[in-house]
Amino acid sequence: MPRVVVDVMLKPEILDPQGQAVANALPRLGVSDVASVRIGRRIEIEFTGEPDLDRAREIADKLLANPVIEDFTVHVVTADETAGAQS
Amino acid sequence: MTARVGVVTFPGSLDDGDAARAVRIAGAEVVRLWHGDPDLHGVDAVVLPGGFSYGDYLRCGAIARFAPVMETIVQAARGGLPVLGICNGFQILCEAHLLPGALTRNQHLHFRNRDQVLRIESTGTAWTNAFQPGQEVLVPVKNGEGCYVADPATLDRLEGEGRVVARYVGGNPNGSQRDIAAITNEAGNVVGIMPHPEHAVEALTGPSLDGLGFFTSVLKHLVGAPA
Repeated sequence: MPRVVVDVMLKPEILDPQGQAVANALPRLGVSDVASVRIGRRIEIEFTGEPDLDRAREIADKLLANPVIEDFTVHVVTADETAGAQS
Repeated sequence: MTARVGVVTFPGSLDDGDAARAVRIAGAEVVRLWHGDPDLHGVDAVVLPGGFSYGDYLRCGAIARFAPVMETIVQAARGGLPVLGICNGFQILCEAHLLPGALTRNQHLHFRNRDQVLRIESTGTAWTNAFQPGQEVLVPVKNGEGCYVADPATLDRLEGEGRVVARYVGGNPNGSQRDIAAITNEAGNVVGIMPHPEHAVEALTGPSLDGLGFFTSVLKHLVGAPA
């Protein structure tokens, strides 16, 4: 079943303390070549019928993202691309 | 006639009991409102309490905004109903677009829990008219996502229009822009505040009685307000 994936990210100008905390932990793993980390959210939506990008955008704009602080993108993926099906 | 002040309970609200108590101590009749019931039962004002409504899933306040009771409150607030959102209630008011900006994760990522001095910057609102301009008050602050953010134009407008209601003094507990602890809408009937005035209404449990002023303010406002 194809799904619509909504990716939500904090706007570039909004501080992401979570991402900073992760970036600050990387040297403890011996990783020293990462300049920054930003953390977002991926939401997969399965429609009862055909995937509807416009509807997904509406859902994202009203509920999944807060347009004051976040940007979002939507795209359709087939079953083998979804997170649940990855090996 | 005694004013009737509604206190909403969402699944996950924590401070609805203390908010109701503060309303009662201030001298009003408390009306408990339920998130699933769109009827406001004729209340004269509403308090949205602190807590973790709907588990704070997705974003704080994001799901509460669509609760049946909120649809009525949003409409009534646009018509002038005094609404005070405390902590999670402030987050809900921002998500509902009754107030501009958003509350984000504390800059240092730590949950902050302490007694906090605030300076009352605006006494023109329904919830702060009992204070003196510039008055400093001591109330508890306790939040994980209390960092107020908005774009610079919005912040300038809030400052220019006297809509910053309170600022943190003696240290900013969460990284809020311009030390903002509380803001109001254009009409001054809707106020969102991150610290907890409802926890500072009795000597036994609070660091002061300063919080009571927010609740006595709305009673003063209602007496003066046209019926």
